[in-house]
Amino acid sequence: MPEAATFQGLSWNPLTDLHELFAYQFMVNALEAGTIVAVMAGVTGWFMVLRRQTFAGHTLSVIAFPGAAAASLAGLPLAVGYFGFCGLGALALAGIAGTRRSLGAESAAIGALQALALALGFLFVSLYHGVLNGLDSLLFGTFLGVTTDQVVVLLVVAVAALGLVAIAARPLFFASVDADVARAGGVPVNALGFAFLLVLGLSVAETSQITGALLVFALLVTPAATAHQLTPRPVLGIVLSVALALAVTWLGLALAFFSIYPVGFYVTSLSFGLYVLVRAGRVLRARLRATARLALEAA
Amino acid sequence: MFAHEFMRNALIAGTFVGLACGLVGYFVVLRAQVFAGDALSHVAFTGGLAAAVLGLDILAGVFAATILGGIVIGLLGDKAHADDVAIGSFFAWSLGLGVLFLTIFTTQKSAGNGTAGVRVLFGSIFGLSGSDVRTSVALSLVACALLLAVARPLLFASLDNAVAAAQGVPVRVLGLGFLALLGLVAAQATQAVGALLLLGLLAAPAGAAHRLTAIPYRGLLFSAVFAVASIWIGLTLAYVFPTLPPSSMIIAAAVGIYALALAATSRWLQPGTVT
Repeated sequence: MPEAATFQGLSWNPLTDLHELFAYQFMVNALEAGTIVAVMAGVTGWFMVLRRQTFAGHTLSVIAFPGAAAASLAGLPLAVGYFGFCGLGALALAGIAGTRRSLGAESAAIGALQALALALGFLFVSLYHGVLNGLDSLLFGTFLGVTTDQVVVLLVVAVAALGLVAIAARPLFFASVDADVARAGGVPVNALGFAFLLVLGLSVAETSQITGALLVFALLVTPAATAHQLTPRPVLGIVLSVALALAVTWLGLALAFFSIYPVGFYVTSLSFGLYVLVRAGRVLRARLRATARLALEAA
Repeated sequence: MFAHEFMRNALIAGTFVGLACGLVGYFVVLRAQVFAGDALSHVAFTGGLAAAVLGLDILAGVFAATILGGIVIGLLGDKAHADDVAIGSFFAWSLGLGVLFLTIFTTQKSAGNGTAGVRVLFGSIFGLSGSDVRTSVALSLVACALLLAVARPLLFASLDNAVAAAQGVPVRVLGLGFLALLGLVAAQATQAVGALLLLGLLAAPAGAAHRLTAIPYRGLLFSAVFAVASIWIGLTLAYVFPTLPPSSMIIAAAVGIYALALAATSRWLQPGTVT
């Protein structure tokens, strides 16, 4: 990180550090973009985990990579590639899910799609001769180069996508929890599933511009999984998921700013650490309850 | 084409890697564990780079990481099937670690080659040496032999876990052992097509085989044949058109075969059979 040389790293005064953090325009942009992305990933991730579509979500996030590579090959803005390919990917995934075959066949199809996407991405990068540095940042992201224009685009897309989710939240929740009953109740389950995949694709396309195609998944799945561990209640769960995603993004960006290590490492490690803590806490509580009950019965 | 040693090495190693991937992939699809294969492919990346940072053999790192990763994934899930969300959280983190190692590696050893990350991610099948090929053939054969040895009980456990358990099949041990074996094969395939693309070699030929036949042993055969064929087609394409990367072409061939199988068994072509 070249900017790291311009200041002396962490001081002992947290206020100066905080001031340092906001002193650079690129950092302010990164924090704004990170906030937008975290809110969006928190909400869509919560539904993704509820619908057990982690594999589909991961495949969508991988599809962002050939999108970006194709865009650089064609000389288009990266965002066009991200959004275009993720949209196409959502269509393909909806097609796969629509055939309602066995679980194994469906996952084989998703896996083949994902591998094809990655192979295409690597092909485009090879054709582009776009040096290895470019490949690394496509895959693992960079928060240093976020422009103010990008932040505006992110915000517009996020508002649109979250608006869609907000309108469809109740039927989507119903369809996710019990598809058959929802279908019987007149909810358009298939259309909702497709619409959700599209929103997920948008969300992934947004996130991968900051975290890179390979790390989107960390922001999408881990905070949401932690929230699901903590509460089964939908509204509280979504709020928790967003809060966790925001916390790890902010902390990750700040830590990456003050050290030489990449933001992706901090974001994934922080969110996974939280997830492990929560899961361990749940197991421990269950054990304690069981022993307490045993003691009661013995007494 | 066969006059070049690197090409012969690639074809020999690729054949055996394809064989192992095809056989293991058949069970991966049968058990609906493609996502676990996906996770292992990312763990392979982290392991390879960790070894590179520590100055160890990259392949050794990949093997250690994927076999351990397979066991961790097995432990994360319950008896019947692995927990996708837990796997997802785990491998998202392992990728984060991989990025960390990549950064350390490229900043510390700036004098060395910065391409280690790309090699692990996308494979380097044209760069295999004679001894690499021997290791790869030997390990693939071991993996195939192990798999065929447990094929019957594994098939039973995959098709009906509860009944198999009631019949005294050690379902849990088999499941764990299978994931460890998947790790071994994933590490093998990392050499050929790279950590990111090995999923295609596991999922696409096996997916095609499952579409074409429901008979297990015929399916295993189909899957292995398709995987080996994809490697041959991919390598030939990459040889004829040197600008095309071999790993991409292998995956393209595998997905092409899968697409053909889908088309051949499609409902619109055969109105009598409903899948």
